[in-house]
Amino acid sequence: MRYLPKSPAERRQMLAEIGAASIDDLFAVIPAENRLDRDLDVPRQQAESEIIDYFRAAGRKNATNYASFLGAGAYRHYRPVIIDSLVQRGEFLTSYTPYQAEITQGTLQAIFEFQTMIAELTGMDVANASMYDGSTGAAEAVMMAVRVTGRHKAVVASTVHPEYREVLATYAKHQGLPTTLVGYDRETGRVDLAALEAAITQETAAVLVQSPNFFGIIEDIPAIAAIAHAKGALLIVSIAEAVSLGVVRPPVEADIVSLEAQSFGVALSYGGPFCGVIAAREQFLRQMPGRLVGQTTDSTGYRGFVLTLSTREQHIRREKATSNICTNQALVALMATIFLSVYGKEGIRELAEHNLAKAAYAAQMLAAQPGAKLLFTGAPRFHEFVLQTEEAPAQWSQRLLDEKIVGGIDLSRWYPELRNATLWCATEIVTREQIDTAAKVLSAGPARASAR
Amino acid sequence: MVTSTENPSPQTLGKVRPHQTQNEALLFEKSSPGKRAYKLPPLDVPAVDPAALLGAAHRTTPGELPELSEIEIIRHFTRLSTWNYAIDLGMYPLGSCTMKYNPRVNELVARIEGLAEAHPYRPDALAQGILEVIDLLQRCLLEITGMDAITLQPAAGAHGEFTGILLVRAWHESQGNPRRKVLIPDSAHGTNPATAAICGYTVENLKSNAEGGIDLEALTRQVDEETAALMLTNPSTIGVFESQIARIAEILHAKGALLYMDGANMNALVGKARPGDFGVDVMHLNLHKTFSTPHGGGGPGSGPVACKAYLEPFLPIPVLVQNEDGAKHWNYDRPQSVGRVRAFYGNTGMFIRALAYILANGPDGLRQTTEDAVLNANYIRKKLEDLYELPYKTASMHEVVFSDKRQAAKGVKTGDIAKRLIDYGFHPYTVSFPMIVHGALMIEPTESESLEELDLFIAAMRSIAKEVEETPELVKTAPHSTRVSRLDEVQAARKPILRWRPAE
Repeated sequence: MRYLPKSPAERRQMLAEIGAASIDDLFAVIPAENRLDRDLDVPRQQAESEIIDYFRAAGRKNATNYASFLGAGAYRHYRPVIIDSLVQRGEFLTSYTPYQAEITQGTLQAIFEFQTMIAELTGMDVANASMYDGSTGAAEAVMMAVRVTGRHKAVVASTVHPEYREVLATYAKHQGLPTTLVGYDRETGRVDLAALEAAITQETAAVLVQSPNFFGIIEDIPAIAAIAHAKGALLIVSIAEAVSLGVVRPPVEADIVSLEAQSFGVALSYGGPFCGVIAAREQFLRQMPGRLVGQTTDSTGYRGFVLTLSTREQHIRREKATSNICTNQALVALMATIFLSVYGKEGIRELAEHNLAKAAYAAQMLAAQPGAKLLFTGAPRFHEFVLQTEEAPAQWSQRLLDEKIVGGIDLSRWYPELRNATLWCATEIVTREQIDTAAKVLSAGPARASAR
Repeated sequence: MVTSTENPSPQTLGKVRPHQTQNEALLFEKSSPGKRAYKLPPLDVPAVDPAALLGAAHRTTPGELPELSEIEIIRHFTRLSTWNYAIDLGMYPLGSCTMKYNPRVNELVARIEGLAEAHPYRPDALAQGILEVIDLLQRCLLEITGMDAITLQPAAGAHGEFTGILLVRAWHESQGNPRRKVLIPDSAHGTNPATAAICGYTVENLKSNAEGGIDLEALTRQVDEETAALMLTNPSTIGVFESQIARIAEILHAKGALLYMDGANMNALVGKARPGDFGVDVMHLNLHKTFSTPHGGGGPGSGPVACKAYLEPFLPIPVLVQNEDGAKHWNYDRPQSVGRVRAFYGNTGMFIRALAYILANGPDGLRQTTEDAVLNANYIRKKLEDLYELPYKTASMHEVVFSDKRQAAKGVKTGDIAKRLIDYGFHPYTVSFPMIVHGALMIEPTESESLEELDLFIAAMRSIAKEVEETPELVKTAPHSTRVSRLDEVQAARKPILRWRPAE
């Protein structure tokens, strides 16, 4: 087997030195009736070229050359080449969690830079070294707010990503943490402020909103914060589209921000691995879940970095830990750090403005087609919009697929009240030609389409 | 060529010689306004006025990100990378972490366009390729574990534990009583009790017996009608197979409690024994341990959960199913499901890598891998047991745990020996874990080490043992060869500096 660095003679020599007659001696501790005495029924050992062929075929079966207007928590942005050049360096790729600081300063400094960039972009004081993803990060943020406030209820906007809400429900179920759902304003697509105010009580630990929300609408964070804080609840803002921070005002009134950083140079990869991260005000630091890197000095006074405040974590605190989280997303966070280094202060703004322009054009073109209109025009949005059509989405989306375009996603699966409404996303990667083609296909109603 | 007579030539210690590493400031300290590492294509749609579109939501103060050119970014991260130790440089014997070789073909296939750029909400009809990959991996993992059903959704091992214990809870609830407590041996990973707590269970400690295994009498005494499950790592964290495992399962099942297995140590079992065959009801796997996906400096991981058929109705949504025509799709209509534990379907990029590993090995390679992992650990044990205290004499599987008892008599602790190993060109073993061994040295070589590398490691450990006798201060102040010496962790925690800020 090509990954195993031993010759048969070496194996025999080692067994002899151990004093074992055969390798079976070393497995004798497993009761005979529990041992597997046959080959595993998995595919036979394959050559490297066969493995590549297998996955290339799978990739082709997946259909590649489609234009896509899908967003909804997973965004396709251009990934600068040097991201993969750098993260594939074995020193990053094949090292462990940096517990031994003297020989992991590379990973530690990079995470410190990541934490700094996330704090800068979100307007928070501090950020952690990453979470699994935006959905689990949001759930962990709510549990963090429970620890901070000592209260045991949460209020959640229905415009938070539906799958994030499902994950929160799974986490909250067994922790005595009831959640109240608050709806949205039909004109603006923003959280209904009056309903929000009514839902918050003196027992509310946290209000969880998303901005831009699941409809792509930017929430009125200062107003929401004022309502939450008036009753002593913390405000958690979930951000599923990190690139928005280049042009959208950061939620500085929030107490905790849970960010999904996938947009910063991380491939879609059918939904993972992505990169969550929690940022917060400094006063809540001790209740933060996940790993943290801090600056310190060595015995000669030279600057260095270490994992710190680990007394919050499971390997020290066990059942009293702030979270059971152990692994983070270090390599994916490194991708985000490199992405943000490439774009920098000006580039992230310019990139975000390109997204804004593409989506504005796409929204205008699609909404101009007969029977189509935009929903939620009463509030600003980033690069996603909700389109309502007279024709059922199932019909025009098939016509789009025939043109090798994946159109917006049907919202009725999560919001049954939104009939024939679809969520579209246009990032900088979408071209004017693709938008124009999509508009044309949309305008070709059933009669004309069947006449072709 | 200029040579200096002042400087002595670098010294070889074991397998290493010092070499230069470059200094490198923080990105922010190297930034200079106006530098660029990007160029966007011309905008092919009309430009917009962000202030007009966004109004009060327009960002007017940019985040202070660094401004650098591409070559500086390449050098920055390349220099940082040289400050890291890695499997690619040498043996990384962290016990419980299974730091094995990460095959490069895995990285290549995970980046194939049709897989890497697939949006999670693309129609199932356009995702058949990745769904087939997921299906094949699921079938392979079920065969390897001997279980009946599986979810790949959990993002890491601890997340898998969470999912697994939720399945346990859902099962008990369906029987009319969620039960109250989870039993956890004192040798367990810290994630086990933390997981039980967030699933709403009380943690009850189970004391290990004299061999470091499960004390059957204590177990029998402690298991009752309020016990939801025992969370057991097998082989245990001292690298020992629970030979009473079938009896343990019987004791639990007799009271209606379930056996949860932490699969962190599956590298000792693949192709040799299957948890499904020895009474385990539910377990998680770590694709980043046993199945060679890279640790990446701390993640991403992936923690699939496999279970017996009667727990299948409770698996997180969605579940992959196959139509009669062979097409695959996600099924969300599962009323008994514990819910969703992560958005989308899990860390799919890791599924691709893990399957590539299984295909590269085949049944014979997987078995040989396990045998070599166990062979390596036993070889180290044999070659070091005269110098380091072996607290449990039970046969070792894939890792061996010593204690620092003899060295501690000289004032040298396991953490010091670990730091001294760095000077010899090795990553330390796992220090001070499991907690049932005072001053533990937990060594897991994995199958990826050659006889030559093992012998160098053994020589280094023997040399350090000698240093402890002769020059203990040398060991207590190690490492002596790194860019930074021991870092002040107390200062870091007392006044946390968690981000860079510009000088005032």
